[in-house]
Amino acid sequence: MADRYQAPPGTPAIRTEKLNLWYGTFQALFDVDLEIKPGIITSLIGPSGCGKSTFLRSVNRIIERLGYVRTTGKIEVLGHDIFAPANELVQVRKEVGMVFQRPNPLPLSIRDNVLFGYRLHEADARTLSKSDRDEIVEKALREVLLWSSVKDRLDGPATGLSLEEQQKLCIARLLPVKPEVLLMDEPCSALDPEATEAVEELLWRLAGDYTILIVTHNMAQARRASNECIFMLLGKVIEHGLTEELFVTPQDQQTADYIEGKYG
Amino acid sequence: MFAPTELNHKNRRNQRLVRMLFLWMATMLIIPVVLILGILVYRGGPMISVDFLLTEPTNGMTAGGILPALVGTVWLVVVALLASVPIGIAAALYLSEYASDNWLTRIINLAIINLAGVPSIVHALFGVGAFVLFFRFGTSILAASLTLAVMTLPVVIVATKEALQSVPFAFREACWNMGATRWQTIRRVVLPNSVSGILTGVILEVSRTAGETAPIMFTGAAFFLPFLPQSVFDQTMAMSLHLFVISTQVPGVPEELPFGVALVLISMVLAMNALSIAFRTYLRGRKKW
Repeated sequence: MADRYQAPPGTPAIRTEKLNLWYGTFQALFDVDLEIKPGIITSLIGPSGCGKSTFLRSVNRIIERLGYVRTTGKIEVLGHDIFAPANELVQVRKEVGMVFQRPNPLPLSIRDNVLFGYRLHEADARTLSKSDRDEIVEKALREVLLWSSVKDRLDGPATGLSLEEQQKLCIARLLPVKPEVLLMDEPCSALDPEATEAVEELLWRLAGDYTILIVTHNMAQARRASNECIFMLLGKVIEHGLTEELFVTPQDQQTADYIEGKYG
Repeated sequence: MFAPTELNHKNRRNQRLVRMLFLWMATMLIIPVVLILGILVYRGGPMISVDFLLTEPTNGMTAGGILPALVGTVWLVVVALLASVPIGIAAALYLSEYASDNWLTRIINLAIINLAGVPSIVHALFGVGAFVLFFRFGTSILAASLTLAVMTLPVVIVATKEALQSVPFAFREACWNMGATRWQTIRRVVLPNSVSGILTGVILEVSRTAGETAPIMFTGAAFFLPFLPQSVFDQTMAMSLHLFVISTQVPGVPEELPFGVALVLISMVLAMNALSIAFRTYLRGRKKW
């Protein structure tokens, strides 16, 4: 089984340096310099088109799938350049998991969803005994507080779950390969308030073990569910600070206006 | 205040008229199907017997059964499928899952469209030139089946592509984000969820292949050959050509005989379709979404 990478103390979980990104000729990110601390929840807020999702999708390089994207600058995860030519892209995706706006469980059983990533990445997946597999599934599902409600239907279709359960499952399936960073792109926007609360509670549980970066449209959520907050506007980072401070005493007028709801 | 105006009445009349017209057009589609099947069953039905299916034609094809043609058609269809299905699915996978929009992709797509538009008699001549003469397969099942395969390839490719693209993009995205390669994504998620659609393409191809006459006429199907083929290098009789021959080329054929042959041919195709639809339904039932 995979061991987690031990970074030297003080290494930021994610560090970017002069990160610029273009969709074709349109520049979506401008000189983004960020240091995101390990083991906490950092939220990314800002009006539509501010580049927060673009930034999120850069961190596991999924954005390159679009084909017409060009990036300059640097992104490091735990001190390692994710663009280094010697890197295996698949390893980047393994260490940096992503959760989407709409829950997207695969059209497989709950069990196979949880094991999916493990089977992709771990060489021993084929030879694993059934009890080892069951253990992986149970551990991941317990971690996301889903075990008790699905333990009797592990072989049922994942798409039969409620949206909240599906979203938790989408988080659970990232965990068996022991990622360092979890990226979440508006993970609650398809959920009702109760489910949102449940997922937020889960985020707090996972923080500490994982570095979580969450994009949200919902300022109240950013306020409730993050330690630090980054405000972006038109592709630039305007402000980055402790969530409680950023919301109470924003340093930048644009941040203050956004938080007050003057635009966005 | 809400009373209808003259204009409302007029619009409503037009609406009814147009609806009726379209309904009629759609309903008329049923007529040829019912007529064809009805006449075939009515006139050809009495011909059908175990003997008819299991004996050879006799008396200069004016009597006897159809066994060599029946077996020949099965050979032709199976060999054609063996050639076209792997190539077609591989091509569709490339176009749907790997290809980016560049000149090569566009040329391939253009070629597929044009291939679909080539008349079958032209395919036949191509088959003679390419498979019979150039590759020296001679007039044989192999040459005829390959000709059929080339002809039906666009059907398989287009149907497979559509089936692949009906798998929601979110599934692929989820896989890629977990670090799956394209191939892992295809094998574990895309193919299992599109197999029922791909099967539809194959069914369509089977129906077309079994019924085609022109492409096999010069490449491998024989006028009269009352033996069963032993290998793909033999010539063979085929249902479609046999039907053509006894309907137009042979004097003194009893009137009911062609109906009987046609009924068997169409039943073969329908039975194959029914089987595949059943299989498809079964696969769909196992889907997890």
